[in-house]
Amino acid sequence: MSILIDEQTRVIVQGFTGDKATFHAKEMIAYGTNVVGGVTPGKGGREHLGRPVFDTVKEAVQATGAEASIVFVPPAFAADSLMEAADASLRLVCIITDGIPAQDMMRVKRYLRRYPRERRTLVVGPNCAGIISAGRAMLGIMPGHIYRRGEVGVVSRSGTLGYEAAAQLTALGLGVSTSVGIGGDPINGSSFLDHLELFESDPDTRAVIMIGEIGGPQEAEAAAWAQKNMTKPVVGYVAGVTAPKGRRMGHAGAIISAEGDTALEKAEIMRRHGLLVAPSASELGSTVARALGREVPAR
Amino acid sequence: MEIHEYQAKELLAGFGVAVPRGGVAYSADQAVYVATELGGWHWAVKAQIHSGARGKAGGVKFCRTYHEVAEATSALLGATLVTEQTGPAGKVVHRVYVERAESFDREIYLGLVLDRKTERIRIVAGREGGMEIEDLVRTRPDSLLQQEVDPAVGLQSFQARELAFGLGLNMKQVSLAVATIMGCYRAFRELDATMVEINPLVVTRDDRVLALDAKITFDDNALFRRPRVAEMRDPAEEDPREAQAAASGLNYVGLTGNIGCIINGAGLAMATMDSIKYAGGEPANFLDIGGGASPERVGAAFRLVLSDPNVRAVLVNIFAGINRCDWVATGVVQAAKDLNVPLIVRLAGTNVEEGQRIVRESGLPIIMAETLAAAADLSVAAALKSDAA
Repeated sequence: MSILIDEQTRVIVQGFTGDKATFHAKEMIAYGTNVVGGVTPGKGGREHLGRPVFDTVKEAVQATGAEASIVFVPPAFAADSLMEAADASLRLVCIITDGIPAQDMMRVKRYLRRYPRERRTLVVGPNCAGIISAGRAMLGIMPGHIYRRGEVGVVSRSGTLGYEAAAQLTALGLGVSTSVGIGGDPINGSSFLDHLELFESDPDTRAVIMIGEIGGPQEAEAAAWAQKNMTKPVVGYVAGVTAPKGRRMGHAGAIISAEGDTALEKAEIMRRHGLLVAPSASELGSTVARALGREVPAR
Repeated sequence: MEIHEYQAKELLAGFGVAVPRGGVAYSADQAVYVATELGGWHWAVKAQIHSGARGKAGGVKFCRTYHEVAEATSALLGATLVTEQTGPAGKVVHRVYVERAESFDREIYLGLVLDRKTERIRIVAGREGGMEIEDLVRTRPDSLLQQEVDPAVGLQSFQARELAFGLGLNMKQVSLAVATIMGCYRAFRELDATMVEINPLVVTRDDRVLALDAKITFDDNALFRRPRVAEMRDPAEEDPREAQAAASGLNYVGLTGNIGCIINGAGLAMATMDSIKYAGGEPANFLDIGGGASPERVGAAFRLVLSDPNVRAVLVNIFAGINRCDWVATGVVQAAKDLNVPLIVRLAGTNVEEGQRIVRESGLPIIMAETLAAAADLSVAAALKSDAA
């Protein structure tokens, strides 16, 4: 098992015929993802990568039974694509696009609440590397070959730090159940907490690592929730100890602008809530191994 | 993106926020001309730099004669102003804003922010203005009033009224304050701001409510649809290296250490900087070269990092996903040919063996590291050695 996606999950690609989408759709198919079609308004009726193209998400869902999508639509039109996916009742939408206006995401979040919880779309991203269930399916842009199938759930704001964690786990003989990138934007579709909840109920995940960074309240919220609700060990890490206040560090959401935004404050909150905190990014894997009760060779 | 006070006031005035009359000036002559146009007997000459707390740093001067206006302007233009927010290097003043000075009875704080916790817009009003909001939160949290606005329905008048009455204003002032709050909210929404701050908002003796200072921060991601805002960008306010980086599609933030960093991914970049610190060193910069790192882009990254005279060693840390280690390695080897500081390279991910081979076979004195920790240790050691040499 895994969370969010597996080899059965029927996936469509929104913005299917664009260059980036085409490149990554090929990679996803090669990895074993069940890509059943795609959407590009105005190109419905054609075929792309041997799969049908539709004008609207609703048509694609009706024709293919798709339950999830990955979005490569440019920032100006991304919010619209997310709402279209939600209205077509997709269970899961993963959005890679970087550069979406924050107020557009605010509108998307409000729009998602129109639907009752049981049919509400879960949005992962934007500005993320996507989702991978190791050895099963990939709904993202990560290098699939670095993920080894295993029992550790990874949830990260940063793409490359998610890769770093996966590589370290592999080197220690551990592996990943599912790795989720929640993205670097100030307002995102789903938070650390949403995914901790899913990992807690996934029988194949035995431990979770949550990789945060400066800015925003989501690490603290998730840590508090984990302390009350999780039976599985949770390892934490927060990047940005050396980040100056008030400066945006690459990600739109990586900025220290309020109390509790700094890396040290967040790490301290995690510790206070009983998480094992990795002291540096080189020790993501070894800290997880320790949380699982494994012997770890000294660095 | 940030803008100057006078630009923020000009924008807010368009949304019905009352501001003192004023005009921008680039020379003493212009400043005097603006003062004569404004009329009156008292003017404030205010340095326009992207920073708050300018008053405390001597950046605001009150003048009673045209001669004083000219003198104040001459003193401010070209001067470097060091405020609590600029850092020790300060910022050079290139323009001033000349304003009719207003006498007032009360100062109020008004701020609107994008609240990441509730994913709504939060309005904060304080009975005491003129102080920084951080200080108000710390010292007088009881003086702050708040309203949360659901963007789907927008700010309602009653919410603005509750704030205005909560501030203890009289009925005449309340209606003006409501117009100000509603105007700020509309500006926030219609200009894609992430913060609108009026500090202080003042109540004059004749019951007017005026924005004496104003600050707006915009969502960079939304500038594509706000051309009027984008035009207000002032390149003189930006770190030239950061502006140069942005032009080549790179994300650079200058810091004060001596180990230059070239990394892909914002998270890995921060984590690498932290690892340098953990190993006892200090990073010279944050630099994310992004996903598809072509040799040209790697070359641009090297030029940028090396333009910082403090750099004593360069650390390249690439975890290749979309990009491939062999491309990155080719770029690194090209750029490293005329490098005169130690270079530490750590490659991981797609095509790593090929990338490492290219670096090894280049014959250049490049220090290879297998892990992030080793890369950090090696660069700290190299920087120490190169500094001593």
